[in-house]
Amino acid sequence: MMATVIELPLDTYKGPVSPDWCPGCGDYGVLRSVQEAAGKNGIQPKDLLIVSGIGCSSNLPGFIHAYGVHSLHGRSIPVATGAHLANTDMKTVVTGGDGDGYGIGVGHLIHAMRRNLDITYIVMDNQIYGLTTGQASPTSTKGVVTKSTPAPNGNIETPINPLALAITCGATFVARGFSGEAKLLTELIAQGMAHKGFALIDVFSPCVTYNKVNTYPFFKERVYKLEDEGFDPTDFHRSMEKSYEWDKRIPLGVIYKTEQPTYEDQEPILQKGALVKQSYAPDKKLFDKFVEHMI
Amino acid sequence: MQEVTIGIGGAAGDGLDKSGDTLAKICGRLGLHVYAYNSYQSIIRGGHIWLRLRVGAEKVYNHGDQLNALIALNQDTIERHAPEVEAGGVVVFNGDKLKCDPALVKQGVTILPLPISQITAELVKEHGALIPVMQNTIALGAILNLCQLGLEKATSVITDTFKYKGQKVVDLNIGLLKCGYDYAASQSKPIAKEWKFTNEARPFTTGNEAIALAAYAAGCKFYSAYPMTPASTILHWMCENSQKTGILVKQGEDELAVMNMTIGAGIAGVRSMCATAGGGYALMTEAIGMAGIMEIPMVCVEVQRGGPSTGLPTKTEQADLFQVYGASQGEYPRLIVAPYDIADAYQTTVDAFNYADRYQMPVTIMSDLLLSEHHETVDKKDFPCEVKIDRGEIVTSWPEEKGKYKRFAFTESGVSPRALPGTANTLYVNPSDDHDEESILISDMFTSPPIRRKIMEKRMRKVGNLLKELPAPTLDGPKDADVTLVTWGSTYGVVREAADQLNAAGVKTNVLCIKYIYPFHAKEVLDILSKAKKKVSVELNFTSQMARYIRSETGIAMDAYINRYDGEPYTPKELAQEIQDKIAKKPSKLDVTAEDAKEIAYHYLRTHNGEKLRPSKVLQEAVNGYGEPTWYVELAERASGQKKGYVKVGVRTGATYAVQRDE
Repeated sequence: MMATVIELPLDTYKGPVSPDWCPGCGDYGVLRSVQEAAGKNGIQPKDLLIVSGIGCSSNLPGFIHAYGVHSLHGRSIPVATGAHLANTDMKTVVTGGDGDGYGIGVGHLIHAMRRNLDITYIVMDNQIYGLTTGQASPTSTKGVVTKSTPAPNGNIETPINPLALAITCGATFVARGFSGEAKLLTELIAQGMAHKGFALIDVFSPCVTYNKVNTYPFFKERVYKLEDEGFDPTDFHRSMEKSYEWDKRIPLGVIYKTEQPTYEDQEPILQKGALVKQSYAPDKKLFDKFVEHMI
Repeated sequence: MQEVTIGIGGAAGDGLDKSGDTLAKICGRLGLHVYAYNSYQSIIRGGHIWLRLRVGAEKVYNHGDQLNALIALNQDTIERHAPEVEAGGVVVFNGDKLKCDPALVKQGVTILPLPISQITAELVKEHGALIPVMQNTIALGAILNLCQLGLEKATSVITDTFKYKGQKVVDLNIGLLKCGYDYAASQSKPIAKEWKFTNEARPFTTGNEAIALAAYAAGCKFYSAYPMTPASTILHWMCENSQKTGILVKQGEDELAVMNMTIGAGIAGVRSMCATAGGGYALMTEAIGMAGIMEIPMVCVEVQRGGPSTGLPTKTEQADLFQVYGASQGEYPRLIVAPYDIADAYQTTVDAFNYADRYQMPVTIMSDLLLSEHHETVDKKDFPCEVKIDRGEIVTSWPEEKGKYKRFAFTESGVSPRALPGTANTLYVNPSDDHDEESILISDMFTSPPIRRKIMEKRMRKVGNLLKELPAPTLDGPKDADVTLVTWGSTYGVVREAADQLNAAGVKTNVLCIKYIYPFHAKEVLDILSKAKKKVSVELNFTSQMARYIRSETGIAMDAYINRYDGEPYTPKELAQEIQDKIAKKPSKLDVTAEDAKEIAYHYLRTHNGEKLRPSKVLQEAVNGYGEPTWYVELAERASGQKKGYVKVGVRTGATYAVQRDE
């Protein structure tokens, strides 16, 4: 039986410091949605651990009332993995940007997804490196001119498709949100947090300073909601197909969802509860057996 | 002291590890001391494996100088190692398959071919045909007789080893042992005197196993690693025993993940550890600095192997000191400690967890391949189960009325009491950016120079306070020595014996072994070394990293430097000789010796000719047109002994100038 969720108000999660993102940055909306989603799931701030890497969006743990780790560039996932496995009683949410997650940290992301760790990963995808003042990122579109991909050719690399990547790698909840669609975004993050298993929520979070292509109007013209079209996110092949929809129409919502055993479900040691609460005193009998084995 | 050294050689896959393990356990149960050295290679099958077991009535600290008995499992072993057996010793092998040319061995060495099919005829009738590895057990039986080790403990070890396979297999193996034992008794006199057995059983284990066991005793709950020799056996132990010990093991996708997961688990509040070799540590370094600035307790074991790059994956070296010391950008509190033997590795690991927790800092235990992988007997009391576990200052509850909890409170000691995530009213961020007492960043636009100064000082105060409680190094041996040997890590085992030999030879020698590398006892080391007469460093590296480090910390340079970087550890006698030569200011001997030339030829043959040829004769040629003297190494066919070509090797450069193979 599901426990009754007592929703918590937004100011429960008001952080000690106000965000210092540029005015108009998409990340404000994501922060608010994370707070609302935590409230919807009734997660007490002391039971919430937000782990980030490095980048504009990775500053988020400092702006929310919860436990946080503001780790290294690209390493939020392994830090979160260690922290989560050591204390599964806490809700572990990872936040960061596209450079952090799909560039320098993509190796970890792939493995976290195939492990189906019970972690919610929110990527504020602005298709640019903002903190370092505007270089091409792994999701920058082909041809786009940035400081590191100057005119006339612009970016000659094909962008990564995070949704398709996630579906193929074993993520069990894959969604896309947009900072300009606050209600939907909150709903997606809330669902991701409630989901048992690895949830990736890729969020269009426009960089108003350095990305003059993928702007609010760019997305507003193109996005539509999958739920409005009655999309069924449980069909692997249809989900894969959807994940490639771009250009004229871009889908928002849950792209893929499946129920699979989590890493935690399958790790025998965690069946006895959170690791941090287990006894750490060695068993003398077992210890003696180990020594006997050497004789 | 009574001692005997037994060598077992063969190809990978010949099962000599098992035989060595059995022999060592027998000795351990008799109360004897064993030090085993396995010079193996990174191949699954084939290649030469050479295991030496030094057995002593008292503690032995290295694999020693002498070889008294040889079990040869292939022809190659006879050729390479039979000449090393000392007078009074014995060479044992399967006489049905192998031969030993009497010209190969020193005078007074017994050659004992075992007529395997003849002596096992009865056993075969009862149990069926033997498989090749069974010849090892027969040879072992012969050695037990010749070395006066008896059959009683051997029978008990064999029983314990094979009982899971049923009584028939136990009987067969005891039968095999007896075949060898009785045959040797009928053919040869013992090579060892009678021992006085204490029968006080000693565990026989490796440095890595000691580290893993110590982590369990110390309450480690999370272990992460990426497979890498020579650290992998810790991972194997952890995985095999995970469900029993309750230590959660997470194999990472790379060492970046490993270190960051270990830190993550440390953040959540469990004792966490990881281990790797130098290459993996290189990937971990950025995160080590993060643990430093976040003040997270965690333990990392860095097992050194031959470098740089992939280097010598299965050989020992001590050349990572500067990597570990220089790990990560910036300056941060940490402990770097290098244990020197297996018992010390156990205690060091237990201490590492306590220091990490109490000072909230990362600890790197620097091991080396020799320490981590060699087997040695220890006393049971070296592995206590009940150890002190001190988790340091942890805030378990924080009533709201106490006001704001400050994770990084500026304290006198530098240690800020730590609340673990999940504790009410103590919410904070673990930041990799520098921060104030409340973990709010001071790194961005509005940097605060005074807060930065104060938090740096707070963190670094922990280093000074930690140093005060770390035991300072002391000298072993006579205070008024003429020679002071300076060393670290597992090399201590051979250095202490070389010092004993020098003292016996009239050269007053003492030893300074550095265990705590950072923080460093600069004052105490300066005090010792400024009074020392001739200071000689001994390290398994090319550039004398410890000596350089000591110089940087104390201003004192060594008078001579001894280095070895061929992947092999020293033996006491050769080291004592090298020390004597250094004191006498003899120039370093870097030339290729006749033995080296043979090894170079072996290398060439192994890679190009398989087992067909072997080096037969070595002569030096002065005039040859190569601009340096050369070794002429004649190659002969194994089967016929016929000359089949030669290899020419430069005496100075080691260059292979010419290879001639007759078809």
